[in-house]
Amino acid sequence: VNLQHKEEEVKTQRSESSEKPKEKEKSQFEELRSLKMGIRFILMVNKQGQTRLAQYYEWLTLEERRALEGEIVRKCLARNDQQCSFVEHRNYKIVYRRYASLFFMVGVDDDENELAILEFIHLLVETMDKHFGNVCELDIMFHLEKAHFMLEEMVMNGCIVETSKANILSPIQLMDKAH
Amino acid sequence: MASSNSLMDSLFQRSLEDLIKGIRLHLLGESSFISKSVDEIRSEIKLTDLSTKSIALQKLSYLAALHGVDMSWAAFHAVEVVSSSRFGDKRIGYHAIAQSFSDQTPVLLLITNQLRKDLNSSNEYEVSLALECLSRIGADDLARDLTSEVFTLLGSSKAFVRKKAIGVVLRVFDKYPDAVKVCLKRLVENLDSSDPHILSAVVGVFCELTTKDPRSYLPLAPEFYKILVDSRNNWVLIKVLKIFAKLALIEPRLAKKVADPICEHMRRTVGKSLLFECIRTVLSSLSDQESALKLAVAKIRDFLVDDDPNLKYLGLHALSIVAPKHLWAVLENNEAVVKALSDEDLNVKLEALHLLMAMVNEENVSEISRILMNYARKSDPLFCNEVITSLLLACSRNSYEIVVDFDWYLSLLGEMARIPHCQRGQEIGHQMIDIGTRIKDVRLELVRVSRSLLIDPALLGNQFMHPILSAAAWASGEYVEFSKTPYEIAEALLQPRTSLLPPSIRAIYIHSTFKILVFSLRGYFTAQEPISPPLVQESTSSGSSAVNCFTYKSISSLMNMIELGLRSLSGTLDVEVQERAKNVLGFIGMIEHEIAEKVTGQDNETAVSSAIVFMEDVFSDELGPVSSTAQEKVPLPDGLEIKENLEDLQEICGEFLKPIFESNSNTNSFSASDKISFSVTKLSIRDQQEASSSSSPPPESASLLAEHRKRHDLYYLSSQKKDEHNDSNGNNNTLNEYPPANEISGDSFNPKKKMNQSKPRPVVVKLDEGDDDLKTKPNASSNDEPLSRAIQTALMGKGMGKEREKDNHEKILDSGIKEQSSGKEKKTKKKNGEKSSKHRSRRRSDKEASAAKPVEIVDFLL
Repeated sequence: VNLQHKEEEVKTQRSESSEKPKEKEKSQFEELRSLKMGIRFILMVNKQGQTRLAQYYEWLTLEERRALEGEIVRKCLARNDQQCSFVEHRNYKIVYRRYASLFFMVGVDDDENELAILEFIHLLVETMDKHFGNVCELDIMFHLEKAHFMLEEMVMNGCIVETSKANILSPIQLMDKAH
Repeated sequence: MASSNSLMDSLFQRSLEDLIKGIRLHLLGESSFISKSVDEIRSEIKLTDLSTKSIALQKLSYLAALHGVDMSWAAFHAVEVVSSSRFGDKRIGYHAIAQSFSDQTPVLLLITNQLRKDLNSSNEYEVSLALECLSRIGADDLARDLTSEVFTLLGSSKAFVRKKAIGVVLRVFDKYPDAVKVCLKRLVENLDSSDPHILSAVVGVFCELTTKDPRSYLPLAPEFYKILVDSRNNWVLIKVLKIFAKLALIEPRLAKKVADPICEHMRRTVGKSLLFECIRTVLSSLSDQESALKLAVAKIRDFLVDDDPNLKYLGLHALSIVAPKHLWAVLENNEAVVKALSDEDLNVKLEALHLLMAMVNEENVSEISRILMNYARKSDPLFCNEVITSLLLACSRNSYEIVVDFDWYLSLLGEMARIPHCQRGQEIGHQMIDIGTRIKDVRLELVRVSRSLLIDPALLGNQFMHPILSAAAWASGEYVEFSKTPYEIAEALLQPRTSLLPPSIRAIYIHSTFKILVFSLRGYFTAQEPISPPLVQESTSSGSSAVNCFTYKSISSLMNMIELGLRSLSGTLDVEVQERAKNVLGFIGMIEHEIAEKVTGQDNETAVSSAIVFMEDVFSDELGPVSSTAQEKVPLPDGLEIKENLEDLQEICGEFLKPIFESNSNTNSFSASDKISFSVTKLSIRDQQEASSSSSPPPESASLLAEHRKRHDLYYLSSQKKDEHNDSNGNNNTLNEYPPANEISGDSFNPKKKMNQSKPRPVVVKLDEGDDDLKTKPNASSNDEPLSRAIQTALMGKGMGKEREKDNHEKILDSGIKEQSSGKEKKTKKKNGEKSSKHRSRRRSDKEASAAKPVEIVDFLL
């Protein structure tokens, strides 16, 4: 009974309090056009600096993307294993990790937990390993749409929504069966 | 014919795989192969067959993503492909749209209906495609039109769909805020979900919403708290911690409440990511919770000594969060911080540098500087300059607050200047002059440091040194009375390698030489006179001893040397250098003969000696520091409208600029020799006039000016005032054009100047005796800003009051939490009633700061 009572109260409170954000948000709206969303982009780049996968969660023009990729790749590839995996670039923080010949780079905003992003990269690689069997650059080149599919399952609108390998892979397996 | 063509095309269409293989084969002619492929795609994509079209689109997306090919032209085809009933085609279409559409894409609204259809589809994968697409391109209109579909999906029974719908909500809220009315309630309900994936998604959304506007989500604190205690999923916990980091800042009672569960997480052996998030939350938002803070700092220590460079970096980063409020945490780890300075990674080094700068105070500044200078000498240019910049900034803060021994600091500046990689000459030079003008006692050392810089010919070749040399030259001239060897400095100022300097700095060199000459002559004449009037008051004992040693021989050799050095400059192209050289030469020419007579004549009151006394007077006026806001203190003259729209001035300027242009082209046609002779005659006029007043404009320009003035009297200052100032400042070399500024320096600005000058170290010595609280007070007063002082005292008073009250709250809260966590709502509600009266007092004091605080929320919270 108590719990129910509380829930009701919660709801009434909420409807009251949600009045305010609505009024406010109209005015806040403009300045918050670029709502921060954790992950801003994900790149996979080989040792030669060629982009193998690029997924953006915010709108950038083609030129902006190329420039950004070029700058980031130059910065990250110049670093060695004894250096930390975090690089600040413009208003982004780049968290990157190298697996064999591929660099995985994730651009996040300043608040994001760097170690969690490293774990995310690792999870991504594990998932790809599970699907392709010891994933390599060629797998991603020739199955780019699958790589994108995995990312889409894992990340929605810049938020990580799925972290179970089985769940990430189940739609792809369904698709493979259909073919 | 056309149809058979298209049939051939679709039969033999290259697949994406063929395209990729082709690109790999054509490593050399890659770009031509790609452009050929794009041409192929252009014709394929126009065909009616949807599967051909979709493969063409797929190839185009690939090329756009990885090879930067423009695909905006294919927007409409993407819309076509999306409408396909085949899942594979649809996927390709949505992917292309997500990748290439912006808010400005003209066909964007054409997909509204398709999206709606797919969002309502019974196939969850189609729904998922549509949601994914909406999350990437959701423009304002799309978000508005599809809000109701998203709302439905938020309650979907399929977790797969629901978690994606949750992910999309953020985008919809962002683009169409009214969706909050519809969707927020459903979103909140998902917080109670038992499905970890849904929970993860919804917490992520609230994390972002809270960052945007923490106050609105304060009422949800109990739900978040429950997740914080119950969840064992690191991803979820990290997001919840981020939420509490924001909420605790606006509701201090929450800090106390969440400290325990957070410590619990830290003590558990958890993933490093969660541990780090706990640490960061504690440091940024719960730093008043002593036990939590201690635990967090202990965990940071583990990070700092770890071999993993990532952990080391994050550990340092975490320390820099806590440094402003709890410096002890940094001091405890200073060994690790110093060690990190020699790390291989620039990022780590920079973090360590920032921390060291946070630690610096008047006691350890020399030690820290010594360590840092050692690192700067042997490190790469980038880090070296970072070190120098930070040191300069830290030491100069608040009028050199932390510097006690300025002799030491000046020699440090000298050392910095000599570091080969140093590129901060501008700032070093600026500080040398600043210190010279502000602090009298240090001028002797300043001249000494300047001398050692000036006499080194090697430094002249380094362009980054030039601003420093310029400052050194100025100081040597301005404070020549402290110099033991004026002759040597004059020699250094005229050395041949000065030709490497830019003209503006060369002019300063020459002007300083002039000052030295005048000083020496003055010394010579005072020594000759039986009764030496103490005109050179500032000169200290060492200065006057130097004065006495001028003989006829030394003076004439000084003059010879200067003459020799400057003679060649009288024909330089740069007018500033030329004019200054001419000034000095003219002065020397005027007095040369008389000096010789002086030896025999012993005649006291000659024209020469009075001229020298006069020049001495010109230079003896002390230059004070100028505040960066000095300009604002100039009172606005009557009738001057600064804020008025001056557009009509353009017209006037136009007609006024033209003649100048013409005259310019006229002078261009003159021969070079004409030009020089013209300037020489003008200079000689100047030389004559110099003693009496500053030069008057040439007649023709005067008449022009008069005419202009007659026509546009509105924009001129009243003439009376101008005349007045000309009278009073006629002899003064400084800034005749801005008479009001001089006036200011006379009265309202002077007090501050004096304070800054008399500030030297006695004030700081007092600071040393006082404890930490006192440190900020003198600052406030020296800043001469009553406002900041008022704010500071108000805050301090309030802070103390708050703390006392907080103690009370904490006791109450302690019991409150225990009861709540055991689920007894009634009791806590009663408690709320009791507490509200106490809260009210605090709230009242808070009101001035944040009037917008919603009252109900606070009471509801606990």
